[in-house]
Amino acid sequence: MGAIGRILVQRLILGVLTLFAVSIVIFVAVNMLPGDFAEAILGQGATPEAVEAIRRDLGLDRPMVQRYLSWLAGVLHGDFGTSFAQANFRSFTGSETGSGLGSVAEQIKPRFQNTIFLAGTTAAIAVPVSLTLGVLAALYRNTVFDRITNVATLTSISSPEFFLAYILILFLAVLNPVFPSLSNIHEGLSFTERLRLTMLPALTLTLVVTAHMMRMTRAAIINLLASPYIEMARLKGLSPMRVIIVHALPNALAPIINVIALNLAYLITGVVVVEVVFVYPGIGQLFVDSVKIRDIPVVQACCLVFAAAYILLNLTADILSILSNPRLRHPK
Amino acid sequence: MIAIMVEILGLVLGCLALGWVFRAAGRRLTGNRPYFRDMGMGVAFGYALGAVLLVGIIYVYWQGKTAEGPEAARYFFFNKAVEGFILFAVAAWVFRALGRRIGTAGSRRLFRQMPLTAAFGILVITLYALTAIFADFLAPYGQADVFDKVNVLPGGDPAMGGDPRFLLGTDQIGRDLLSRLIFGAQNTVGIAFATTCIAFFLGGTFGFLAATLGGWVDQLLGRLVDVLMAIPALIFALLLMTIASAWAGSEKQLLTLYMVFIIAVIDSTRVFRLARAVAGNIVVMDYIEAARLRGEGLGYLIFREILPNATSPLLAEFGLRFCFVFLTIASLSFLGVGIQPPLADWGSMVRDLAPFINFAAFSPLTASLPLMAAGAIALLTVAVNFVVDWMLYRSSGLKE
Repeated sequence: MGAIGRILVQRLILGVLTLFAVSIVIFVAVNMLPGDFAEAILGQGATPEAVEAIRRDLGLDRPMVQRYLSWLAGVLHGDFGTSFAQANFRSFTGSETGSGLGSVAEQIKPRFQNTIFLAGTTAAIAVPVSLTLGVLAALYRNTVFDRITNVATLTSISSPEFFLAYILILFLAVLNPVFPSLSNIHEGLSFTERLRLTMLPALTLTLVVTAHMMRMTRAAIINLLASPYIEMARLKGLSPMRVIIVHALPNALAPIINVIALNLAYLITGVVVVEVVFVYPGIGQLFVDSVKIRDIPVVQACCLVFAAAYILLNLTADILSILSNPRLRHPK
Repeated sequence: MIAIMVEILGLVLGCLALGWVFRAAGRRLTGNRPYFRDMGMGVAFGYALGAVLLVGIIYVYWQGKTAEGPEAARYFFFNKAVEGFILFAVAAWVFRALGRRIGTAGSRRLFRQMPLTAAFGILVITLYALTAIFADFLAPYGQADVFDKVNVLPGGDPAMGGDPRFLLGTDQIGRDLLSRLIFGAQNTVGIAFATTCIAFFLGGTFGFLAATLGGWVDQLLGRLVDVLMAIPALIFALLLMTIASAWAGSEKQLLTLYMVFIIAVIDSTRVFRLARAVAGNIVVMDYIEAARLRGEGLGYLIFREILPNATSPLLAEFGLRFCFVFLTIASLSFLGVGIQPPLADWGSMVRDLAPFINFAAFSPLTASLPLMAAGAIALLTVAVNFVVDWMLYRSSGLKE
């Protein structure tokens, strides 16, 4: 346990450090804005006095390091600040400041759940399909089947997500109305209804992710097929299917786990475009909308959430592949 | 939903039965030839499934050919896809056959070993390059020319709301869509190419420097790149584009320029990794040691010793990076923060034309407009990927 415990602790510390560094990068990038938040909030009607007042309220007159630390402290408590769009809205309607309606965290939370639902549905479809196809492609390597899947997966990897999305909309929503083309998700939907609305975006993401995972699974298994113990199993007269599933697959587990985690991390980026195409109310859609209206606190928070999820998944991949390696689990 | 499940199950069971019959027939007819005798059930199933799919495609295609009126619109896209696939396959085959006969001995040998997919890739890349270079001659109008007829439908038939002057129709402010599609090749591909070049220049330079100098420069650059790579590329690009749009203000053209630099910098981190790794293997060679002992300077080491030995892995990477940059730019433009008007580009064309897809059942030609722009992006990336795949396969020594 000693050696592996030390490796795990090392990885965890490295992950936390990376996250910390990323938060600095995001904060510095946002502070490169010309002018500052105060002018951005007030827009055209900025008088020097008003700018000064807001600057004091938001603490923008303090030095950057201090502001960073208080932002970080807020984030750690789940407080991402107040959204500009909401701030403007509130100042027009004159409602209470303490209502909590305008906080970024409130905006992100339900959308984050929706995105997790979408990613979860995608993973539930994509992982079994791609593992099966990957094993089959390795089993029938260098046949017509292998070549066709190679061309098909390469095509779906290299197409932009919105192309695949519109093709699916064309065939499954417009010409044959099986699924709705807009994912109009709201509170109080039953699970099956929600699944039906999520299906098209999930299928689009599945197409992209499955291709990646399948190719990597195939490569991982084929790499192992050259080893002597596989040759031995074959010479014993085992069927090719049994050789792959019982002898090759357990040893290919580490790279395959890695592949799955990496592709889930890839989903995080893919989700942005796909959510916009299907108007799916997830965090990616919120991010793009905020980028367009320059709602800096929301952009900052979304960016941090995306980066954290990305780092976390990569970290999980790292740790799982260490755990699945018996040489590391039982050090000499 | 249940009906679809039942249909799929029926298809699988039917193919299993068909495969069994096929194998049994093969054994009987060929007098138990080893090929049929040792055939697994999986292979037989595969043959049956392939045959069923092929027959299904031909059947649906034939249905579309004979259908009339509104019924034909439902098959329009499927039939066009089948025809396009066959057309490209034939074109690639002819191109490869030509390449095998014309040219120097070296190029002829190259074409002889080439798979059809790579020939297709090279053909498509050539076509795109020619379109981009000669866009000014090919396009009937300029990319920003605004005409008085707005929302002209494609097809060029006045009875159907078209206009013979505008083959693919005009958009909501009266710009010719065919011209914009052609100029898209120049803008989208050209900008992506320039961005990739800058990314390689930055990443390559710093990567080689880090490998040659070593020490704290290497450590500093390595950690910096680690942090930058921990943020997903598209997310980071969107964050920086927010800031860039504030910097650019109302100068829309400036925003396109900022985008080029932002994506180049983000992408150069990936190039840096590769360049650092490749150069790291070269720096430990004896001939570098010898050059150092001779007292050669940094410039000599990088340009005369390292660069020539690092070219081939970097070239394959260039293709992949180009695809990635191209897709990122297309995605940004699709999201509305990429290449800015009046420059024509495919990503924003897809976004603007996307609602037309709902007319697919009535006017297939109108609905195919967004698909044309999106397909133009997909076709190029697929082509580049096919070529890179072949290059990697060749350099891996034709292993399994």
